[in-house]
Amino acid sequence: MKFGVVTFPGSNGDYDSYTAAKFVLGKETVFLWHKSASLEGADVIILPGGFSYGDYLRSGAIARFSPIMKSVIAFAQSGGIVIGFCNGFQVLMESGLLPGALMRNSHLRFRHRFVYLKTENHNTPFTNMIPEGKTIKVPIAHGDGNFYNFQADVDELEKNSKVIFRYSDMNGKITNEANPNGSLNNIAGISNREGNVLGMMPHPERAVESILGSDDGLLVFDSMVNYLVNKPAKSA
Amino acid sequence: MSKSKAIVYIRLKEGVLDPQGKTIAHAMSNMGYTEFESVRSGRFFELECETRPDLEKRIDEISRKLLSNPIIETYRVEMV
Repeated sequence: MKFGVVTFPGSNGDYDSYTAAKFVLGKETVFLWHKSASLEGADVIILPGGFSYGDYLRSGAIARFSPIMKSVIAFAQSGGIVIGFCNGFQVLMESGLLPGALMRNSHLRFRHRFVYLKTENHNTPFTNMIPEGKTIKVPIAHGDGNFYNFQADVDELEKNSKVIFRYSDMNGKITNEANPNGSLNNIAGISNREGNVLGMMPHPERAVESILGSDDGLLVFDSMVNYLVNKPAKSA
Repeated sequence: MSKSKAIVYIRLKEGVLDPQGKTIAHAMSNMGYTEFESVRSGRFFELECETRPDLEKRIDEISRKLLSNPIIETYRVEMV
């Protein structure tokens, strides 16, 4: 099992993701340069946090056209596991792999702190190891995390259980106070219709050892490993 | 080769919250300019281009595909 971490110019979460997968999880992990078109046989593609291409134009808008993204989009469309954290989420949306937009935080401030997430769907490649009823404590660090989409499309996500993570209090209660950026319905992470692509604003890769303040983020990595180990031999 | 110039104006759709505009309006009001009830922010791009028959169609494409995000923004092209 191999993890591939994409590095765009301006990525700053690529080493966090690499460290989580390679040293904490103990899996083979490679960096994938944005100018390359090869995914080097990776089974999981991570789009890391940061400020790809300086966030010029809109967050994620330029990264979407990089050579590596052509391959990532094809990989995702053939059922490959792709996860985007923070800026990676923004790239996934700009690429059209996930529906919606991430706007400037409603209060205009950059927010960096721990949040609690309620998992709304445990039956995904990214959440199957998160115990029912457990909120996970992971950090956020963003200025453009305000999830927005047309009401009909949000309803569609909700109806199909594609809202995977929601900002909550530590007991899993969804409140306005727990919403750090103004996101509709407290949405922190969503998946595509097929369920193989997940984007989330928080950073589970920065909460993988207790010395970091929380190791709850490791559950997201464990889930992907568990999914890949147990999935039927014939992949999509 | 004759040249053309286009300006593409991008703005948030009606109904999409514009916190920057709101903050600017608030600052104006604090400065005593209380007659301005609201401000909507936006941005524009100046494109210098080679003239070609399908230029307007091409500008429209690039405005939709790259310069704007159709979920939250609209654009208007002005040829100058």
